[in-house]
Amino acid sequence: MKKLLKRVYVWEFPVRFTHWVNVLSILVLSVTGYYIGNPFMHAYKESQYVMGWMRFIHFTAAYVFVVSLLIRLYWAFAGNKYASWKALFPVTGDKPAKLIQQMLYYAFLAEKPRFGVGHSPLAGLTYLLILVLYAAEIFTGFAMYSLYNPSGLYNSMFGWLFLIFTTPTLRLIHHIVMWLLVYLILIHIYVALYVDKLEKSGLMGSIFTGHKFVYPEVKTKD
Amino acid sequence: MSKLNDDPGITDSLAGQGISRRDFIKFCTLMAATLSLPSSFIPKIVEALEKKLKPSLVWLEFQDCAGNTESLLRATKPTVADIILDILSIDYHETIMAPAGKQAEKSLMDVVKNQKGKYIAVVEGSIPMKDGGVYCCVGGRSAIDIAKEVCGNALATISVGSCAAYGGIPAANPNPTGAVGVKDAVPGITLINLPGCPVNVENITATVVHYLTFGTLPATDRLGRPYFAYGERIHDHCERRAHYDAGQFVREWGDEGHRHGWCLYEMGCKGPETFKNCPVVKYNEGTSWPVQAGHGCIGCAEPNFWDTMAPFYKRLPKVPGFGIETTADKIGVGLAAAAAAGLAAHGIARAVKGKDEKEEKGE
Ligand code: HEM
Ligand code: HEM
Ligand code: SF4
Repeated sequence: MKKLLKRVYVWEFPVRFTHWVNVLSILVLSVTGYYIGNPFMHAYKESQYVMGWMRFIHFTAAYVFVVSLLIRLYWAFAGNKYASWKALFPVTGDKPAKLIQQMLYYAFLAEKPRFGVGHSPLAGLTYLLILVLYAAEIFTGFAMYSLYNPSGLYNSMFGWLFLIFTTPTLRLIHHIVMWLLVYLILIHIYVALYVDKLEKSGLMGSIFTGHKFVYPEVKTKD
Repeated sequence: MSKLNDDPGITDSLAGQGISRRDFIKFCTLMAATLSLPSSFIPKIVEALEKKLKPSLVWLEFQDCAGNTESLLRATKPTVADIILDILSIDYHETIMAPAGKQAEKSLMDVVKNQKGKYIAVVEGSIPMKDGGVYCCVGGRSAIDIAKEVCGNALATISVGSCAAYGGIPAANPNPTGAVGVKDAVPGITLINLPGCPVNVENITATVVHYLTFGTLPATDRLGRPYFAYGERIHDHCERRAHYDAGQFVREWGDEGHRHGWCLYEMGCKGPETFKNCPVVKYNEGTSWPVQAGHGCIGCAEPNFWDTMAPFYKRLPKVPGFGIETTADKIGVGLAAAAAAGLAAHGIARAVKGKDEKEEKGE
């Protein structure tokens, strides 16, 4: 007999909103960033402003991205338990054991573990890694950005990076991290589609509507 | 209105060398411009230089190629060089001085003894520290020994060129002689760093003129470089910048873009990473500079440029552990393709496995 699934509100508006703002801004940052690193289109007239626009859009998208992350950061403390920063650290309760089981599962070596409503432990860990890469992009990005005015505010905020790395190295890190994000996002989308099909929990829909569908016995309150 | 003593004013003494008052004022204007001072400061500079304080200057050469000396002497017109010699008293400079041997070394020691704390020391070239500093000796004394005594007793030391400022090419990996810049060899002294390979003479002169005019050394950043010369990036004053913003790039030496003077970014130009006023002061009295001549900036004024700015003809550094020709992008595209292939394989494997499971359960 089929059991009726229960509808729970998982992703609150700020989580969904910042998720899609991040998706958009990362898309724009990656395309313009790739152009900055590798100007594949050439202008034929001096009055054109291709690189100029690319950089302008890159820096504007960078601001959008940072503000969106700050909102999400705030929500990691103000939002529901699924949005909490704690979800990124699968160290409590049975989470470490489940994490290992989940990894084995993806390698076809174990049965699928049953999860609660929010991020699975592996998803949490992946988002932690994504967050670290975001930070790397933001710090190296703003450090490079500060070079246009070495006595400005950004240089006093991010200039310390130049004591550790040379400018070309910062550029290289910034460049390579873009590729790392590309892989993680590819995997992320694949897993999202895959788990959606597998669990029938409405995972894909949840990032649009906020609701997931779970078995009635799954605990949804603390 | 000439003074009634036997010391001629600067204008008179320059006139004796065929340099007019007009040339002198032009020189002062150039100095004000180099120091980024408004033109209202020109009379102040004129007044200061007319006092003819003539501070002593000693020029030490260690592990160097004399490129900075060349830069100084490569004045196309005699004017600037003559004026420099008239506002300064260059008492020791191995390449250009007349005395040699013991006599020469004595003139250096005379300055150190008699004008303690009043002379300016200029250092060109790096200082080797390995094995007691034996890899560079002048007159039987090691470079580090001389530097400690001469720079330690000077009013101020000016490191000219990247070798004196940061160790430069002698300090490039693997740095066999343990070469360092003056800052690391003689810590704690009053020091101005004027890196570059070579330095633009205007920046040396302007530093001295600043001192003569204001009685202080110019303000410096955390690397000891004066803001007036190193406060902005090459890229932000480059004459090819309009092509950069437009998106017009040289892609190959001698291609159409190169002939049209387009931006050298894709040829590995390090202008976006390098702080210096080359596009403004240029070399050889404003004749030209590398980017104007069609070659990308190699970042020669940045710390350890030989290692950190390499490869000079590629925009990004090599990825450690991969072949020289492998750029970050090639690795990136490769890995992205591998990731996509891996995911596809995972999906197919899972689909097959799922089918098996269903069959096992008899569904
Ligand atoms: C630039 C691309 C993307 C990035 C960087 C990204 C990043 C993230 C991050 C960090 C989370 C955690 C959410 C939070 O706690 O705030 C998340 C969740 C989620 N994303 Fe994305 N995402 C991207 C694209 C997409 C796309 C294209 C989809 C699907 C159409 C998608 C579907 C989801 C879903 C369903 C979740 C919730 C799943 C879960 O937490 O287990 N994402 N994403
Ligand atoms: C997910 C986020 C981001 C991605 C994927 C990204 C990607 C890139 C890429 C690929 C480059 C070219 C690097 C090169 O080869 O030289 C670049 C350049 C740059 N990015 Fe980002 N970026 C991101 C975020 C940021 C942020 C937050 C900032 C902060 C202001 C920033 C500022 C810059 C700057 C200043 C440059 C150098 C531009 C120049 O040379 O004028 N980026 N970015
Ligand atoms: S040639 Fe070099 S310094 Fe000049 S605009 Fe192009 S990248 Fe910048």
